[in-house]
Amino acid sequence: MITGDVVGELVCPAGTPASLRTAVDAGADSIYCGFQNATNARNFPGLNFTPKELAGAVDYAHERGANVLLALNSYPPAGKFELWREAADLGAELDVDAYIVADMGVARYISEKHPDRRLHLSVQAAAASPDAINYYVREFGVKRVVLPRILTIPEIHEIKAEISAEIETFIFGNHGLMVEGRCSLTNYATGLSTNMDGVCSPAHLVEYVKDSAGNMSSQLGGYTIDRFGPDESAGYPTICKGRYCNEVQPDGYYAFEEPISLNLSKLLPDLMEAGVTAFKIEGRQRSRAYVRKVVSAFRAAVDDVRAGRDPKLADLVALTEGQKQTEGAFKTKKWR
Amino acid sequence: MLNILPAPLARRLPPPSDLPVPLLPLQPVFYRIVRRVAAKHPELFERLGKHQRTDFIIDVTDFPFALHLRPYPPALILRAVRRERLPKHQAAIAGDFRTLLRMIDAEEDGDAIFFSRELVISGDTEAIVTLRNAMDDVEGSIAEDVAEMFGPPGKMALARLNKMAEGPDSEGAW
Repeated sequence: MITGDVVGELVCPAGTPASLRTAVDAGADSIYCGFQNATNARNFPGLNFTPKELAGAVDYAHERGANVLLALNSYPPAGKFELWREAADLGAELDVDAYIVADMGVARYISEKHPDRRLHLSVQAAAASPDAINYYVREFGVKRVVLPRILTIPEIHEIKAEISAEIETFIFGNHGLMVEGRCSLTNYATGLSTNMDGVCSPAHLVEYVKDSAGNMSSQLGGYTIDRFGPDESAGYPTICKGRYCNEVQPDGYYAFEEPISLNLSKLLPDLMEAGVTAFKIEGRQRSRAYVRKVVSAFRAAVDDVRAGRDPKLADLVALTEGQKQTEGAFKTKKWR
Repeated sequence: MLNILPAPLARRLPPPSDLPVPLLPLQPVFYRIVRRVAAKHPELFERLGKHQRTDFIIDVTDFPFALHLRPYPPALILRAVRRERLPKHQAAIAGDFRTLLRMIDAEEDGDAIFFSRELVISGDTEAIVTLRNAMDDVEGSIAEDVAEMFGPPGKMALARLNKMAEGPDSEGAW
């Protein structure tokens, strides 16, 4: 059971039942996951849980003192709410510890139908001010907010002073500078929505093309979004991390952000001091190897900080996108 | 370069990827392997969904041949094929043996080795992502399952391959 009293709760990703067990065994306090449909924002092929798999996963986690958070963090399109309602009811039946939601209709349904379950506000809701957060707390009884990755630590501290909800921040994974839950770049290029279909850069529309010189182009829906030289590290095929040419910059430039990953391992004590309750690791689409290495590293680091020791941080750069890492806006808003 | 042979002998031979290995005797072995995996891990194939009928090429770049996989349980295919005469396929994965072995056994993260360009993919990306995710849900070692099929010689061969996979410093035959 989540009480919110544990400072530094480690919230870890699982895309498959094996990943969930790996996360639990590596020391996760909580694991977030989703069903195999559009109700969550990682609706990727071959990923996620059947109801039977989730039942087994919840049992495995609970037997070992860990919590399972069900991500229902996409936005139901008009007329399709039934899928989200069924997923919410199923989550209660399977005894998940909390729901992660973004849509107000989904939040309303759960708060009325399953008032005994915790509601966590997804980063997909993009609630970045005390007014916005307090609205969700007041109207739907939200217990925790996952903050967008655009705030400095002093700003997080100020927000905490004005809200009653717990704060969860990302500490590893996507840099995430877009207004999350509002991004329509994938929709523009493919006709499918990150926020309603749960697919950012749907895999069936991604293509990698290698030329005779060893360069590799990544394409989405027929648009070339980057080209990597033979010895250059690659990134995800997402439009926000694409490199584009125009008349002013004919050699290409990163129009939005670079392929780079967030890593806040050195800022854990500052985040705790700012009032952050839970640390989130991103990567439901990543492998068990990633889950094991990242969760183990942060488990040890959080335990060190709690015990007053200097955290010994494992080198995680090999697991980062573009093999580069940043402390992003948490450190300074001049990250580029 | 992968070579399971003792270092002094390996130095006298051409690289394994250039060896003229006859494929026909290998085919029953590969068929046995894929049937064994299917029998032991049916959930892997369920997770593949529609991509059970996809034809994959797995190009182990330091092997003298590539592999053709169609993971459709009623008519499984895993066979060695010549690189210059690849069958019709929708998706292809290429990497050296060490990289692929470590990814299959969840020692390496697939995205990380894609970022570092050690893994090259082409064709139907959705099929490849689905296969990767399905294999990642298999706990335990697929390589050990396969080695067990061949008794002590299989286990010895896997132990040697694993030692080689630890890195060039651990084995003189790279």
